[in-house]
Amino acid sequence: MSVLNEWAFVGVFLLLAPIFPALPIGIAWLLRPNKPNVLKSQTYECGVETVGDTWVQFRVQYYIYGLVFLVFDVEMVLLFPWAVAYNQLDLFAFGAGFLFIFLLADALIYAWKKDVLVWK
Amino acid sequence: MDCIGLCKLIFDAGVRNQELARFIGSLIGVLLVSGVPLLTVIVLIWVERKVAARIQDRIAPNRVGPFGLLQTFADLAKLLIKEDITPTAADRILYNAAPIVSFASVVAIWAVIPFMFANNPEGAIVGVDLDIGVLYFVAVASLGTLAIMTAGWASNNKYALLGAFRVVALLVSYEIPLVFALIIPVMFAGSMSLVDIVEAQSHMWFIFMAPVAALLFFTSSQAETGRAPFDLIEAESELVAGFNIEYSGMKFGMFFAAEFLHVFTNGILMAILFMGGYLGLFYQAIPPLGFLWLGLKGAVVYFVFLWLRNTVPRLRIDQVMGFNWFFLVPVSIINVILTSLILKLMQVSGFAPTNFATSNLGEMLPLTIVMLLKDVVIIAFILGRLGQEGRRARIEEQRANEALTAAAVGD
Repeated sequence: MSVLNEWAFVGVFLLLAPIFPALPIGIAWLLRPNKPNVLKSQTYECGVETVGDTWVQFRVQYYIYGLVFLVFDVEMVLLFPWAVAYNQLDLFAFGAGFLFIFLLADALIYAWKKDVLVWK
Repeated sequence: MDCIGLCKLIFDAGVRNQELARFIGSLIGVLLVSGVPLLTVIVLIWVERKVAARIQDRIAPNRVGPFGLLQTFADLAKLLIKEDITPTAADRILYNAAPIVSFASVVAIWAVIPFMFANNPEGAIVGVDLDIGVLYFVAVASLGTLAIMTAGWASNNKYALLGAFRVVALLVSYEIPLVFALIIPVMFAGSMSLVDIVEAQSHMWFIFMAPVAALLFFTSSQAETGRAPFDLIEAESELVAGFNIEYSGMKFGMFFAAEFLHVFTNGILMAILFMGGYLGLFYQAIPPLGFLWLGLKGAVVYFVFLWLRNTVPRLRIDQVMGFNWFFLVPVSIINVILTSLILKLMQVSGFAPTNFATSNLGEMLPLTIVMLLKDVVIIAFILGRLGQEGRRARIEEQRANEALTAAAVGD
């Protein structure tokens, strides 16, 4: 019950939080002048009309960074329970977590050797 | 927390439905907790401008009100009555949602921040003492990253899109050392709740036991907020303004308020995770004093953030990425390995306590000294490596220059 209560508070918080920035934007919407015209609403790049499509595909390199990040982040989430229980762990459980960190380091070394982490 | 505190007050005041009382209680709680960041941000904008001006040998706003204190309100009035243009090419829904999500995500972090000591089951005045507080803050903070990316993408502008691209690479990469640095205080405290982490520091602040982790957290949170020397997402000289180029009026203002508040929030988090949060003189006897200690510690860290921002030039994108992947990430992994190994060895041999909160200074001292020594060794090793790398790079550059000169003479 109490756990549910805690998360109910977080839920209310997350529902209310967008209201704080939305409020000044809403007030501004009431106060500000609004006279759009074709020239004003153009994409603002350098004074010349924009050429070509903007919504292009991401370069594959960003995807690789995203992938490496995902590997690390998921593994790190698994590492947190180990860190929480750390003080009560016996040496075997400690060693298991330790091995896991080495696997993580291994992932980094692999990506490093593959040269995917160098910005091109 | 089965209907205590605020909830009970409302129950006694005449709202006889317990569910309703609980809901109203959390509503008031949310307003109280989020009032702190909302009031702070008004002061922060003034502080930011004053400190930046002081460092750059300028005066900063000093006309509106004493010391320019009312400048923020003047700016607010200006932003409110400024025309707000949504480009026709933009994706309207995402474009308008991005500034709201950006600010809301920072405010939402404050739900788990313990403000001061209190005699209640949680042991502190805190919005909600989540037992996974650390993970909650990482998760909510990364919503802000998402908002910046959305803003860049939805603007349908090439500069903005480049900014969004860089967000993907940069902010996402720097989250790894950030989360790795967070493992250390969690390991020491044996809990992910921020209140427990503060309590575990009652005899020794974690910054003395893990300065390297604190430095890693500091550096990567500076990058997470996208500020100099890591401000590539809004690099004025190359991307004009990056992700926020198409924004004007109050929406633009919201992005900036969110950025300032995020930096201060990181300062407060650093104070909680490494500098003992609300702990200080008389924090138990006079709880509001704890609030003051927390604010002071946060302000000190915030000042260092600003100091760094205003003195260090912007790095190139390949340098920033290299700095993260080839320096911060390996160092953070090595740090976790060494810290956990030494702590476990000391605990097994009986030189270190297993529960930091209930131990005493005498028990903590040997552990602190060993940990401090370990970090000094790490830092010395890093500095040695950096010196070597630097010398190698200089020699290479010199050779390249000599080759160029020789070729020019040959012509």
